[in-house]
Amino acid sequence: MNKNYLVSLLAVIGLFVIAWVGSAIGLKWLFGIVIPYAALVVFVAGVWRKVMGWARSPVPFRIPTTCGQQKTMPWIKQAAIENPSTKGGVFVRMLLEILAFRSLFRNTRMKMREGKLSYNLEIFLWVGALAFHYAFLTTLVRHLRFFTEPIPSWVSLIEKVDSFFRVEIMYDPIHFGLPGIYVSGLVLLAAVTYLFLRRLFVRPVRYISLASDYFPLFLIMGIALTGIFMRYFTKVDITSIKELTMGLVTFHWSIPEGIGNLFFVHLFFVSVLLAYFPFSKLMHMGGVFLSPTRNLTANTREVRHVNPWNYPVKVHTYEAYEDEFREKMIEAGLPVEKMPEPKPEEPKEEKE
Amino acid sequence: MADETPKPSELLAKLDHRPPATGWMDTPVEIRKGMYCYAANPKSVKALGLPNARQWNPLDDDWKLPDNWQQILHEGFKERLEKFRTFKVFMDICVRCGACADKCHFFIGTGDPKNMPVLRAELLRSVYRNDFTTFGRILGRLGGARPMTMNVLKEWWYYMFQCTECRRCSVFCPYGIDTAEITIMGRELLNLLGLNIDWIATPVANCYRTGNHLGIQPHAFKDMIDFFCDDIEEITGIRPNPQFNKKGADILFITPSGDVFADPGTYTCMGYLMLFHFLQEKYGFDITWSTYASEGGNFGFFTSHEVMKRLNAKMYLEAKRLGVKWILGGECGHMWRVIHQYMDTMNGPADFLEEPVNPVTGTKFENAKSTKMVHIAEFTADLIKHGKLDLDPSRNDNKIITFHDSCNPARGMGMFEEPRYVIRNVANHFYEMPANTIRENTFCCGSGAGLNAGENMELRMAGGLPRANAVKYVHEKFGVNMLACICAIDRAALPTSMEYWVPEMDVTGLHELVANALILPGEKQRETDLRGEPLPGMEDADE
Repeated sequence: MNKNYLVSLLAVIGLFVIAWVGSAIGLKWLFGIVIPYAALVVFVAGVWRKVMGWARSPVPFRIPTTCGQQKTMPWIKQAAIENPSTKGGVFVRMLLEILAFRSLFRNTRMKMREGKLSYNLEIFLWVGALAFHYAFLTTLVRHLRFFTEPIPSWVSLIEKVDSFFRVEIMYDPIHFGLPGIYVSGLVLLAAVTYLFLRRLFVRPVRYISLASDYFPLFLIMGIALTGIFMRYFTKVDITSIKELTMGLVTFHWSIPEGIGNLFFVHLFFVSVLLAYFPFSKLMHMGGVFLSPTRNLTANTREVRHVNPWNYPVKVHTYEAYEDEFREKMIEAGLPVEKMPEPKPEEPKEEKE
Repeated sequence: MADETPKPSELLAKLDHRPPATGWMDTPVEIRKGMYCYAANPKSVKALGLPNARQWNPLDDDWKLPDNWQQILHEGFKERLEKFRTFKVFMDICVRCGACADKCHFFIGTGDPKNMPVLRAELLRSVYRNDFTTFGRILGRLGGARPMTMNVLKEWWYYMFQCTECRRCSVFCPYGIDTAEITIMGRELLNLLGLNIDWIATPVANCYRTGNHLGIQPHAFKDMIDFFCDDIEEITGIRPNPQFNKKGADILFITPSGDVFADPGTYTCMGYLMLFHFLQEKYGFDITWSTYASEGGNFGFFTSHEVMKRLNAKMYLEAKRLGVKWILGGECGHMWRVIHQYMDTMNGPADFLEEPVNPVTGTKFENAKSTKMVHIAEFTADLIKHGKLDLDPSRNDNKIITFHDSCNPARGMGMFEEPRYVIRNVANHFYEMPANTIRENTFCCGSGAGLNAGENMELRMAGGLPRANAVKYVHEKFGVNMLACICAIDRAALPTSMEYWVPEMDVTGLHELVANALILPGEKQRETDLRGEPLPGMEDADE
């Protein structure tokens, strides 16, 4: 069972070594320019292909999971979001799913004690998932400062809010200060660690976990760790890095001196994540928008849904039914469509 | 069968939710007695012209499959990926977060990890990855992929028939992955190889020919209803006069045939008859039964989309032939999922019918204006709201009631308030089960989706545990003695499950309660309820 995460961990360590050694032996252009471009292309093309593939399959039936009171008579209050009959209701339902993980918030945990079952709210997965995704998003957004010049004010603002906490020691003998601490980075690392530990220690979750569940976690852990390390400990040269990243955006490539190997590891991890994304479960990011149990109105009796491939089928007609049971039906006094033909009388033999 | 089923205490004692030491791909399936249903009778498979009709036994090594069965499955899989976005998306996006794991009544009741919805789907996903994804093909088992083998096929069969398509897991899934959809596809694929169970295949064949699952022929159907009229006359002194196959009636009534056939569904059926009689006497209500469309349920839904459509077609065909205005549907679970989410799409548009209007109250059923079929709980709630029924709820006073939301009307429709409103108006003692076990969180009876057979009793009782546990809670806390429901499979399955887990609990349909309270014009002083049990205060009247 441990094979699944060991393999993933080894894979990520392997990636680390590849990038470190590669950058150390002077393949910085490969890891700094070629691979990031290739990864981005694979990401965009892969996601496009996958989403288009989903979209190509029609939605033959409108089968939302209804999680609240249906629209019915006016004096019964409808759950307009959990069981939406309008596009607006669906929009809010999807918004809540995507931004607040509404369904995951319902999570309960079953316990059995002396033959009695109980189901209590289990909020940690929801908290962990929410923390993880928002921290990831914030981290992503504040990295835009490496890819824009001038930096848009909203990016700076998010960065400022994010780095609200500071650690500084202003003491005469020692002057020590860390750059503003990004809460998002730490939350990301904590959340991803929680998600990993949960896979490892919650038995049913460990049982269902595949190598492809651990791999992205380790990869993201690697990204967060290398990032944190560069910012707070090795103190990389931000100016040079920005020169490189802006070069990528403006197609004026350059590999400035003085960028440590760790940066290339960081960038390589991100590249691998991008390239891996479209072929993995990470596509849930796109899929959540397309899930027919959530993104459709639940008013199928009110508005007809059309199935593009609906085809005629063989049915047992009433005529065939009556043909089989006609006599019994008549005997029982049930109305029939066709009265049986009166039996032709035996032709009497005429005697001369 | 029943004597081999473990006792409740034995079942609980061996219940263990910890997964085994071996990984799930390395744990071969063991088809165990008491947990599976018998194979489909070849005659029934043939009746519908479905593939590979033959005698076979799930316990045998040889399932008598066509030589190219893997190819048939592969192509069937591909076809369904292209036809159903649900299937395609659900194969790709599960992150295995495990939120669904302990939501399934079969997992809760059996502890078998392959009954966690996520693993049930992984049984198919593993083959999907192998057959349809590059990563799966390259990485093999490491990528969660495995080729289709006989052992995998047996696993599919065993676990696709340990799911009742209740959709509880899909409420909790952050992406709305619906295991019912997975099971529906899985069963469709199995049916390509003739791997149905008999408890589904034979009702389907019956329904196709005679109009109902039980194979009741037209004259017998009428006889059975007449027999209920005798009973009603005995209890109330009034004899209803139901109409059959009547052309030009205002409304066609269709209910599951289970209500005609076995207790306590029969009392619900008597309830319908009394309600219709009341409305006929007081308001000139004109409704007809049909012997051709004498089945509300649709076991085709548990076979394939196509068979579902073939059986469902009769509703509109009959409505058109009889020239009614709209259709009223009885209390049934999966029947209503089919009607609410599939019928109009499959067999509509029903442009030969009128938008349903309650002839008694004038209420337009806006929510049913396209499909033109109304649920009887909606209909009765509307009647009560407008004060059209004469009710004496005290006649239900010896019943302390709780309400079981049936899976399909709950999660495939969202009908929660209507039945509750009806119960509150026809009875005085009503208590809810705990919030996590009702409404959209309701638990299946454990026997839905065609699994209500005799030979899989252990599975059914295990699957019924979570529902029974919640019933037991209100039984002990409030003295609840009557479990109300709006599903014919519930009425067939819950009495067994209650006898097993919560003895002293009776099961009733909604309209049995309505009819007990309903005062028919000119009726005699009633002494008993529809079951022949003395009414409250009438316990000594028998002398």
